[in-house]
Amino acid sequence: MSYFRAENLSLHFGGLKAVDAVSFAVEKGEILSIIGPNGAGKSSIFNLISRIYNPTSGRLHFEDQDITAAPAFEIAKLGIARTFQNIELFENATVLSNLLVGRHRHSTSQLWQELLFLPSVRATEKVHRRRVEQVIEFLDLAAYRDKLISGLPYGVRKVIELARALCSEPKLILLDEPSSGLNVEETDDMSFWIRDMKTELGVTVLMVEHDMTLVNRVSDRVIALNYGRVLAAGTPSEVQQHPDVVAAYLGA
Amino acid sequence: MRFMFKTDYEDDIRLFPHSGYLISYGSLLVLLVIAPFVLSSYLVSQLVFVCIYATVGVGLMILTGFTGQASLGHAAFLAIGAYTAAYLQQFNVPFPLYFVAAGLLTGIIGALVGFPALRLQGIYLVIATISFALIVEEILARWESVTNGNEGMRVKTIQLLGTAVPRDSPTFYFLCLGVLILTIVGTLNLLRSPTGRAFVAIRDSETAARSMGVNVSLYKVKSFAISAAITGFAGCLFAHKLSFISPEMFTLQLSIEFIIVILIGGAFSLHGAVLGAIFIVMIDPFLTYLKDDVPGMIAGMAAALGAGSERAAHIQSNVAAFASANGLKGAIYGVIIVLFVLFEPLGLYGRWLKIKLFFQLFPLYKRATFKRQKIYVKSERNR
Repeated sequence: MSYFRAENLSLHFGGLKAVDAVSFAVEKGEILSIIGPNGAGKSSIFNLISRIYNPTSGRLHFEDQDITAAPAFEIAKLGIARTFQNIELFENATVLSNLLVGRHRHSTSQLWQELLFLPSVRATEKVHRRRVEQVIEFLDLAAYRDKLISGLPYGVRKVIELARALCSEPKLILLDEPSSGLNVEETDDMSFWIRDMKTELGVTVLMVEHDMTLVNRVSDRVIALNYGRVLAAGTPSEVQQHPDVVAAYLGA
Repeated sequence: MRFMFKTDYEDDIRLFPHSGYLISYGSLLVLLVIAPFVLSSYLVSQLVFVCIYATVGVGLMILTGFTGQASLGHAAFLAIGAYTAAYLQQFNVPFPLYFVAAGLLTGIIGALVGFPALRLQGIYLVIATISFALIVEEILARWESVTNGNEGMRVKTIQLLGTAVPRDSPTFYFLCLGVLILTIVGTLNLLRSPTGRAFVAIRDSETAARSMGVNVSLYKVKSFAISAAITGFAGCLFAHKLSFISPEMFTLQLSIEFIIVILIGGAFSLHGAVLGAIFIVMIDPFLTYLKDDVPGMIAGMAAALGAGSERAAHIQSNVAAFASANGLKGAIYGVIIVLFVLFEPLGLYGRWLKIKLFFQLFPLYKRATFKRQKIYVKSERNR
């Protein structure tokens, strides 16, 4: 049994088949990249997994559990965290409180306990903060800890999104174009972090990415999509040499 | 300028980050405690209104400021609290009991309003809450067996522990102050725990909140319920302060006053709710002043500048007519909202922060510090 599995996943907008009967599996502990030209349906797959869209047909399985019908917030509770292509941070809050929202799936306190801020709430709050500090250290964000998001540059925001996802201690993390908008050095850092996430934190990574250098450097396996269908799957070099993939990118 | 060296997670959790806070809030508390024994009964009564308005302000701040759900229906929540108190009082229910009942019932109704509001956003939510307020107003006027209709209801003096607490006594003032302080502390506690952060997350990006495991619908309903419950508690005190309630007290204008409280105060802080409450309560004395003293003053000035007595009298009557015109209050509210939104979007509390920073950084303060920067990442949201 695979760790995460999509079976015949489809998403149709009227006649447009954004995702068309896509099946793939992610094994525990691997880094799987999805590549493809613009509009191939990569981000749609992510939005299907995190339940922003409802699939037209098909099933999603995670850890032997059918999650096709689970509401969006349940997905995070199961341990699937994600980042967004266009950055969805909480603009008018500090970096620290953004990251603390990432801890939400681990909060157990009741409303009345929080109103009184009982010792139990205080204790779990400290645990949350310790975890967040570990992530801040891991991603080298200490300088921005107490800053408001609205004043931070793009590259930093990108890392903070990754940090927020990591704060939830996910089992599977979905990275939607982690390198878009980053310069060469920042992309380098990102590739190290993605590898470290796998080796040090034991997170399984599913990634959508355009930057082939990054894909080659970090991926264990690659899936190529075009027009909502899977063109090829395999190791990075296999996929890049696949004639259909070459045709999709360069034209036949 | 003070630099904080954080050595413990506690440093970020504490309500008073350093001793300076204790001193300033401590002295404020002392001032508030001695106030009723020093100030005139008129001013104490104004302070009571400030406490009540500030309590509602904090409630509305939770919903609008922190969760980002606008409401123009809070006058209705206040009315429900007030009428619950007045109704239960008829059956000799003791004060603590009907005080709690007022808050709870309003909270439940707030949650019920929250459900249809789940699918609405922005201006549509405002319209929905206005309609809710109008419905409540109408029910209060028509349901005569319970609310006594347009005749209104008398509210008897509070009986607490066997003693009467008249509405102009220091004890009543302390009661209102206590409710306000408890509300503020409870809200601060909420804001430093997961629920408060979930509220802010919903305000800034529902999609991201959802994908981080926040049950957006549940938390929106929670926010509505908490906000309404706080307003209900305030409503109970409000009824006692006025000693008489009738449907035409809880109109749209009152809801707008509450919005002004948080808008003028500064939309993202509890300080703002209190400052806004002080501001709104001061408008009434200002209007009285405008009516009673200003016409004479202007006429006096005109006379001093050489206008004839007839001309001065003419000016006086014109100014007096303007100052006592119907709807002047509404017009003033409108002008205030427009001016604040245009020139001081962070409200009074934002202005205070600027002044504070000016002195902290003196002489290095830059005028552009608070200028809103152009955000070059305009994210396209999956709404």
